[in-house]
Amino acid sequence: MGKTTAEKIFAGHLVDEPFPGAKVLRLDVVMCHEITTPIAIADLVARGKDRVFDPKKIKAVIDHVTPSKDSKTATQAKILRDWARRQSIPDFFDVGANGVCHALFPEKGFIRPGYTIIMGDSHTCTHGAFGAFAAGVGTTDLEVGILKGVCAFREPKTIRINLNGALPKGVYAKDVILHVISRLGVNGATDRVMEFRGPVVDAMTMESRMTLTNMAIEAGGTSGICMPDRVTVEYLWPFIQGEFPSKEAAVDEYRKWWSDEDAVYDKVFDFDVSELEPLVTFGYKPDQVKTVTEMAGTPVDQVYLGSCTNGRLEDLRVAAGMLKGRKIAPTVRAILSPATPKIFQDALKEGLIEIFMEAGFCVTNPTCGACLGMSTGVLAEGEVCAATTNRNFQGRMGKGGMVHLLSPASSAAAAIEGKIADPRKYLP
Amino acid sequence: MKTFGGPVLFLDRDDINTDEIIPARYLTEITKQDLKPYILEDLKLAGFDPKGDTTKQARVIVTRANFGCGSSREHAPWVLEVNGITVVVAESFARIFRQNMFNCGMAAIELPKPVIDTLFSFQGCADATVSLDLAGQTLTIRGSGREESFSFEIAPFDKALVLAGGWVDYADTKY
Repeated sequence: MGKTTAEKIFAGHLVDEPFPGAKVLRLDVVMCHEITTPIAIADLVARGKDRVFDPKKIKAVIDHVTPSKDSKTATQAKILRDWARRQSIPDFFDVGANGVCHALFPEKGFIRPGYTIIMGDSHTCTHGAFGAFAAGVGTTDLEVGILKGVCAFREPKTIRINLNGALPKGVYAKDVILHVISRLGVNGATDRVMEFRGPVVDAMTMESRMTLTNMAIEAGGTSGICMPDRVTVEYLWPFIQGEFPSKEAAVDEYRKWWSDEDAVYDKVFDFDVSELEPLVTFGYKPDQVKTVTEMAGTPVDQVYLGSCTNGRLEDLRVAAGMLKGRKIAPTVRAILSPATPKIFQDALKEGLIEIFMEAGFCVTNPTCGACLGMSTGVLAEGEVCAATTNRNFQGRMGKGGMVHLLSPASSAAAAIEGKIADPRKYLP
Repeated sequence: MKTFGGPVLFLDRDDINTDEIIPARYLTEITKQDLKPYILEDLKLAGFDPKGDTTKQARVIVTRANFGCGSSREHAPWVLEVNGITVVVAESFARIFRQNMFNCGMAAIELPKPVIDTLFSFQGCADATVSLDLAGQTLTIRGSGREESFSFEIAPFDKALVLAGGWVDYADTKY
């Protein structure tokens, strides 16, 4: 019987099976940010175990509230910063070099096919786009990961999601994943890995694949996973060229992580995306989805373009292409947060930042800030935001505020009209 | 091991998320104790008052499907714990929240929908209490002179974590 990618990774990293159904895995990367790590650090200090299993396998960033907005967030940043220095963690990203963790760490080349990755952050599932098993965990799992380099899991079954057809104009990875979540429901993939397959995924960039895997958690999924292929190798090439004689050799090597033809899936879903329309959420759960046509005319107070879901260069390019020569509506405020300094710089070089600012956008430094209502774009009671983020929970971007999740293109259309609008009429 | 059982807080809705259990604006607190006043602050539910006596006195939450979905924040079980709640009984849990509960030595107990419906039939009882026999894997609910007991399943590993007082102590002695 064949194995899925997740099963192969589990088999290759198994340290212990203390009880039936509980698998303790060796970790390749443990990622840390300043919201969920400080309490783990404090506990390790209190236990007299202030050490790390391997400083090179720990990656740390200050990203959720940065630069710090008040004394409390400054203290959180300081705890992480002091610890990173104390433990000689080489890959620590502070103000100036920092960006949204799930955009920054792939960009730095820290992810490889076949890796096991944890972070005290639910959107860690993003890194599965490289053919890795990447799972969000709580602070206690993170603490044990930091100290021992292991984490325990119930071995998840895999749901295969075949994406067939071709994406129509104005429809993007974000629309696809919203559609998938609307069909599976917010707990349709609980204790499951979501494996994205098919010609639509094959044709996607790594950025788009990361948008898919990023939102696996919104269906309850443990990790999203894509098969590592030529696109993966092209993205990773600057970091792996010393390891392989050619790109073809890397593609061949990574092929071993692909799910076997006779692998057994918990469920298989087939979606044809050819007739898909731009989508937007309407309620307080990510599976509450309608077409932008149905929702067109819904007024918004703020537009937010950014986050680990959709703050990457290709997202900025799509929105800028629509905003060029246009102004945002006078009734709306629009915020762009490029997800990393590199994305920001590339966007500057390409003239995208100029387009956003001419249109009336505020451009902030890279940070998670507004997505979870912590800084740089918090909503007031009763306000509505059209956001390229991943969660529309009640109060997510500010107490009493409402969020409509949509693609970067649909966010640009919302900025132009000040209400939910069809992006297709503004596409060049 | 922690103590389990006592007055019940009923939360009659599916998909209660961790932003509702503890909003992100309070994740800047550095100690667990500091989270205490903010329990369930953003949860909008008919008849529910996050600052009410029922919330204050509760030691057990009984709720519906997919409790604890969303963010990985362990602040969610922590805010329950510092408010004296060490047991959540639900039809199902989101994975990370469930693991966080066991990792903290707390109990996340899953029971089938018909049993959860029976538990909710005690919602009108002002004196509803739940007691938990972890060794015997039995849960008992009492209220208005009524009493019902149910057996529950718990994965052996999760049970070991609860008995060990959490994952750090367990892992530290073993790995």
